[in-house]
Amino acid sequence: MTATTTVEDVVGQPLGVYTRPRGGNGWRDWITTVDHKKIGILYGVAALFFFVVGGIEALLIRLQLATPNGTVLGADMYNQVFTMHGVTMIFLAAMPLSAAFANYLIPLQIGARDVALPRLNALSFWVFLAGGIVLNLSWVLGGAPDGGWFGYAPNTGIVFSPSPGMDFYALGLQMTGIASLVSSINLTVTILNMRAPGMTLFRMPVFTWMILVTQLLLVFAMPVIAVALFLLAFSRLFGARFFDPSVGGDALLWQHLFWIFGHPEVYILILPSFGIISEVIPTFSRKPIFGYPFMVFSGIAIGFMGWGVWAHHMFVSGIGPISVAAFSLSTMFIAVPTGVKILNWMATMWGGRIKFSAPMLFAVGVVSMFTIGGLSGVTHAISPADTQQTDTYYIVAHFHYVIFGGIIFGLFAGLYFWWPKVFGHQLSDLIGKVNFWVMLVGFNLTFGPMHVLGLQGMARRIDSYSPGFGFEFWNMVSTIGSFLIALSIAIFVVNVIRSAMKAKGQPPCGPDPWDARSLEWLTPNPTPVHDFDEIPVVESLDEFWHRKYGTDENGRVVRVASAEEVCQDGSAVGVHLPSPSFWPIVFAAGLPFIALGLIFNLWLTVPGGLLVVMAIYAWVFEPVDDPDAAHGDVSEVADTTEEAPVV
Amino acid sequence: MSTDTAPTDVAVDDSNVDDHDHPSDSKYFQIALILGVLTALEVATYYVDIGPALIPILMVMMVAKFFIVAAWFMHLRFDNSLFTKFFVGGLILAVAVYVIALSAFEFWSKG
Amino acid sequence: MSEAAATDHATTTGMSHNKLAMWVFLGSECLLFGALISTYLVYRGRFATGPAPGDIFDIPFTSVSSFVLLMSSLTMVLALSAIKRGDLRNNRIWLLTTALLGSLFIGGQVYEFTTFFREGLGYTTSPFSSAFFTLTGFHGVHVSIGILMLMSMFISSLRGSLRKEHSETVEIIGLYWHFVDIVWIFIFSVIYLVPSPTS
Repeated sequence: MTATTTVEDVVGQPLGVYTRPRGGNGWRDWITTVDHKKIGILYGVAALFFFVVGGIEALLIRLQLATPNGTVLGADMYNQVFTMHGVTMIFLAAMPLSAAFANYLIPLQIGARDVALPRLNALSFWVFLAGGIVLNLSWVLGGAPDGGWFGYAPNTGIVFSPSPGMDFYALGLQMTGIASLVSSINLTVTILNMRAPGMTLFRMPVFTWMILVTQLLLVFAMPVIAVALFLLAFSRLFGARFFDPSVGGDALLWQHLFWIFGHPEVYILILPSFGIISEVIPTFSRKPIFGYPFMVFSGIAIGFMGWGVWAHHMFVSGIGPISVAAFSLSTMFIAVPTGVKILNWMATMWGGRIKFSAPMLFAVGVVSMFTIGGLSGVTHAISPADTQQTDTYYIVAHFHYVIFGGIIFGLFAGLYFWWPKVFGHQLSDLIGKVNFWVMLVGFNLTFGPMHVLGLQGMARRIDSYSPGFGFEFWNMVSTIGSFLIALSIAIFVVNVIRSAMKAKGQPPCGPDPWDARSLEWLTPNPTPVHDFDEIPVVESLDEFWHRKYGTDENGRVVRVASAEEVCQDGSAVGVHLPSPSFWPIVFAAGLPFIALGLIFNLWLTVPGGLLVVMAIYAWVFEPVDDPDAAHGDVSEVADTTEEAPVV
Repeated sequence: MSTDTAPTDVAVDDSNVDDHDHPSDSKYFQIALILGVLTALEVATYYVDIGPALIPILMVMMVAKFFIVAAWFMHLRFDNSLFTKFFVGGLILAVAVYVIALSAFEFWSKG
Repeated sequence: MSEAAATDHATTTGMSHNKLAMWVFLGSECLLFGALISTYLVYRGRFATGPAPGDIFDIPFTSVSSFVLLMSSLTMVLALSAIKRGDLRNNRIWLLTTALLGSLFIGGQVYEFTTFFREGLGYTTSPFSSAFFTLTGFHGVHVSIGILMLMSMFISSLRGSLRKEHSETVEIIGLYWHFVDIVWIFIFSVIYLVPSPTS
């Protein structure tokens, strides 16, 4: 794939007014790319950036609460910081980091060369990034959102939140929602429609399965939050009366719509992490995953049941005893499939020859820390207990054990595990282990004490507390813990930089650094532009492992081939790939103008709207495959496609 | 394209059809006629008092129209069943979730 | 590998990516309109001091515009049937007819909104009015986008770039169009014909 751009592509036919972008490695290539791997990396970089932003917000919260009557942030600023911490971590860090893994790995795990709709994939990323930028622009344009990530009405109305912050919330999240919806449709179609020969649904890796369930949840959950955000935006911008109690507007309507989305969202966040550790644990236990069908079906069950538990977020909102009882019961049931998964991971490790490399440590971290979060979750399924716990730090402790313990640890397991796949070198395992232990200790110091604080009665979302309630000690512990987490992230950054510097000038690591099991490792590290030299024919679950191992005459597992023999060498040339396109980023660039226009001056929506419309039309009439692009393969030039021709 | 000849040929009755065997235009006109009649009946309920049966009857006719359009005009009858699964899946999920939400608002007793 | 197994155009399930994507999208749209309709149902009795739905709906008028939209589904499917036969002329005629019927429906909606506004039902009058205009407005925007797509196809066809081999494009946009029609079937029965509260 080295010869791709040796013939300088200046001769490209003008398409409309622009020349079709061609492959390359400069910045132009990154903004026009439709390659799922580059888009995955873009998602990863953006998500880690926002993760640091959200982390700084978290540190500010902990500084404010370190001592009684904290003065680091005022009450108003505190509201903005905790709102943006939640919004940033959920929508701009955890979801896109999962999307990074999904984009990079799904085509590789199912034996495809790209996603089904490559330009839409680029669109998803740019629209997400535009949404993230719009949300954070609020800091300098009149104040950040201050109504909590859950945005309860009527507190978010113009009366109680007069700064434009909640407008940014409504419109910025709408954009990230569109991005998620487009990407979920794309990945659903990819997984169903682009599997390699022999890759039946039940030969797909558990990660692919969990991503499929996640995408289906997104497909059906994003429109619900879209409506909720539209209602909020129209109320604030055009004076609609949806949440105005003086004329009969109902605050519960927002809560229902928000949590009908919000609870599936919890599983949207956690299932990719479950998928990641379901790849990591078997690899480092040297055993196939225990109970593969149970893993798959419990994931599907979680996806289904996730739709029937939303009102457990509303036990004290006055929804009536029947609703409370019904949702209490359904919430207890959802612990069953989750428990199945935890048992299966433990059974996978049981009797395995476990190797505690960094990815495995993080994965075991998920199993243990998520279990703690799950157990405290069962305590709020019991609605009378929840009445005591709700709106206290006990809830904050619970969901951080789930989200940090379950998701962030899982995503770090994935980062360490697939780093060589993406960049061609491993991260230092020793530093990785230090990273893990500092993070584990910091995490438990930060969020463990919150259980105690909550049961002592310390309320959430309050910017300060008076001395003498017994909150001082545990709050200080928690703040110290949060800086340990920050230290662990710094260690990770050091590890990334140091490993990259050490790898410079070295040949890439071997094709199979972990003795892994699934199809993505069939390609060399780092993955070549065209992914697979030849589309593999799949014969079993854990296809890659089965190509390396067989059984001898006594039925014992023996190595039959080395990874180097099994892996493709990435030498194929002339693989026909989809062409890059300008239009996804042009489309995404129009949206912030529309959002800012709606907030500040409607005239701004005109250029925004024009950009969007222009991008759509240019996009539609641009063939998916540029007929003039050689893609490094002269023989392919004549192979024009049958798409609608250029107007 | 097997339907390019006789517009009177009401082609497809059996379920064993593939993508090349879509109904003929005249079949589409017949479907539209049924839909039109159903709409007329729906509108008639506005003028004729039929008492407590009104809402159930309206719902039955609505569902009938809904599925006729989906099955014939959107070709779900003749197409890959996965399409139906996605669409009906979304539909059932939407109905279930929102019926539960409306129940929580005590819509059916007070609405 | 120089003869490169190019990106394999055959799909696992035999369905085209675009069509499957459209169906997944339509499944998703069910939840969107479901939320809007539920919002309306919760608020239909909360009309504050403004007009109530039962006072203001004009059933004969809406019946006509509903019928117009329903028939546009027929013309849409005839357009598809024509292009599948390679009959580009009829395809153009039916595409244009569909777009015109859709425009007629939108014209009716504009008339309805103006009348309601004159009778004292503004967007900010009550939860009922906000919910009504939002629901029907969202539907109207969907129809309008459909009209734009139909007209774009019509113009492409005039320029000779919408041919028999592109019938799937017509089919996919048709799916969207029928879905919008289906949503109106639901709205017409549940919002208009089921008796509404009066003041």
